[in-house]
Amino acid sequence: MELVCPAGSLPALKTAVDNGANAVYFGFRDSTNARQFAGLNFNEQRAAEGIEYARLRGVRVFCAINTYPQPDGWAHWKGAVDRAAGLGVDAIILADMGLLDYAANRYPHIPRHLSVQGSATSHEALSFYKDNFDIRRAVLPRVLSLDQVSGVAARSPVELEVFAFGSLCIMAEGRCYLSSYLTDESPNTRGACSPAKAVRWQETPQGLESRLNDVLIDRYGPGESAGYPTLCKGRFEVEGSVYHAIEEPVSLNTLDLLPELAALGIRAVKIEGRQRSPAYIAEVARTWRHALDNLAEGADHFTVEPQWQKSLAGLSEGGLTTLGAYHRKWK
Amino acid sequence: MLNLSLGPILWFWSRQTVFEFYARAAEWPVDTVYLGEVVCSRRRELKPDDWLGLARDLKGCGKNVVLSTLTLIESDADLRRLRRFCEQGEFMVEANDQSAVQVAIRNGLPFVTGPSMNIYNVATLKLLARQGLQGWSLPVELGRETLGHLLQGLEREGLALPAEVFAWGFLPLAWSSRCFTARHYNLPKDNCQFRCIEHPDGLELRSRESQELFRINGISTLSGARYDLMRQLPLMADTGVSTVRLSPEHQGMEEVVHRFDQVRRGEMPAVDPLQLVEAPPCNGYWYGQPGMAQVME
Repeated sequence: MELVCPAGSLPALKTAVDNGANAVYFGFRDSTNARQFAGLNFNEQRAAEGIEYARLRGVRVFCAINTYPQPDGWAHWKGAVDRAAGLGVDAIILADMGLLDYAANRYPHIPRHLSVQGSATSHEALSFYKDNFDIRRAVLPRVLSLDQVSGVAARSPVELEVFAFGSLCIMAEGRCYLSSYLTDESPNTRGACSPAKAVRWQETPQGLESRLNDVLIDRYGPGESAGYPTLCKGRFEVEGSVYHAIEEPVSLNTLDLLPELAALGIRAVKIEGRQRSPAYIAEVARTWRHALDNLAEGADHFTVEPQWQKSLAGLSEGGLTTLGAYHRKWK
Repeated sequence: MLNLSLGPILWFWSRQTVFEFYARAAEWPVDTVYLGEVVCSRRRELKPDDWLGLARDLKGCGKNVVLSTLTLIESDADLRRLRRFCEQGEFMVEANDQSAVQVAIRNGLPFVTGPSMNIYNVATLKLLARQGLQGWSLPVELGRETLGHLLQGLEREGLALPAEVFAWGFLPLAWSSRCFTARHYNLPKDNCQFRCIEHPDGLELRSRESQELFRINGISTLSGARYDLMRQLPLMADTGVSTVRLSPEHQGMEEVVHRFDQVRRGEMPAVDPLQLVEAPPCNGYWYGQPGMAQVME
């Protein structure tokens, strides 16, 4: 199984390569990718440097162009595909059907991966993307249980990549408009969820408050640790009770499932987090490299070492991890 | 004149409520009716044959009937039900994900797409038009400017693809494998006891400052404010929109339909408040602003 690691910057890319990634993925410095953060991502020159660094070490490089262009942005998004092609990336990760069509016709020789933002949750949906754009690989949404992944994998016409570790999106990706409902940016339109420009922190007599475009997302009492106000992870009121009505601040961690995922023929595991620091990437990549190497020695002998879980928990939102939708009880 | 459509019922209503609703709707001035369960595969008050029977009845009443598919397909059982809808050959299908598009294409069935299909540019429309697309809905997060560009682009391409705009109701914003209603009641999704049926217009989710943010509806999350583009109908007609969609609510729907009918005929509706489930209004998406915003018109 391939370990696919995020690269939000050149130092992060090099760190991922040095710590055992088989492939890294990056985006350009604009809203053509789903991690549009100030100061993050690559211009062409940095991307070229990164690709060279990775190539020399036998690591593949994917370029994510996985937001949805509207007519006034079409030329720019198409230009991003052209730039990725010019750089000679090993694959382009796409979500938009129009852009997939463009890439498939203009650059048939460059493999296309369906982004998780393409929201394909069945073998029929995967067949649609395969038939129309000859995609080589698809990243499955984080909403499927292990049973369901198994069902999709059994009849998938393309190789599959699944999320292994990092922030947990609990909505079907690519079809969540919650962020643009509260702010004017969504993953689809701008590559941003709960964008930093809309975040405000405020000390009040009731506690520390986090707001998104003035909407109160959470309020923390003394001793409570505060997290980034991703809107689906706030505490809200439903019928008089206040709780994490949608999801807790928690990270996805599927170490325990590695042997099962391998048995299903899953080709790659993906680490989320282009917004993370090189230090974070180093530790996560190293840990997963150990686990995958251990697995390669035989699934029967695979055991999750406590040290791996400990270091991953330390890097997780709220110090907590979950198997997410892979585990039926989560739902 | 603009067409009016009645979107699929997004909530979980009892079998009797659904039948009564459509018995009344048969008399309303709506041109198109979308039928089917689009949110949760566990909601089976009506079986596929019930929906088909209802479809035939409404067709007999002169309605254009479209069968809507589940938005989030997760299992083989979901696919089987999808095929049942896509293999009937009698009614048009509203595809709400790529699984449905694929099955429709394979069966040579013409289809339209619902608002949860990501159609953001003309290239996407051209591609789907080659596959049998007969009409499409604007994704809810897009507004008048992008709509205008899309319609201009279609005209340049010489493509006649009728466009539909979600114009009234709580906006469907997200789908998850988790059921938020079951979570609220501390029930596992597999044994949810169908509590959604107790909330015919969802469960209100508010901020701790009592701001109405969202409506929880099983695995889906809807806007807490009610989208209302009634005043935009003349502009939509001028821009080339074919159909405006009204999303069913269990109270006051008939009056809502009649008001939209008046407006599309160029009459000003009465200003009396409607007897509706209480919720703030919003129209932000239309103006390229946060969806929850209410822009003065």
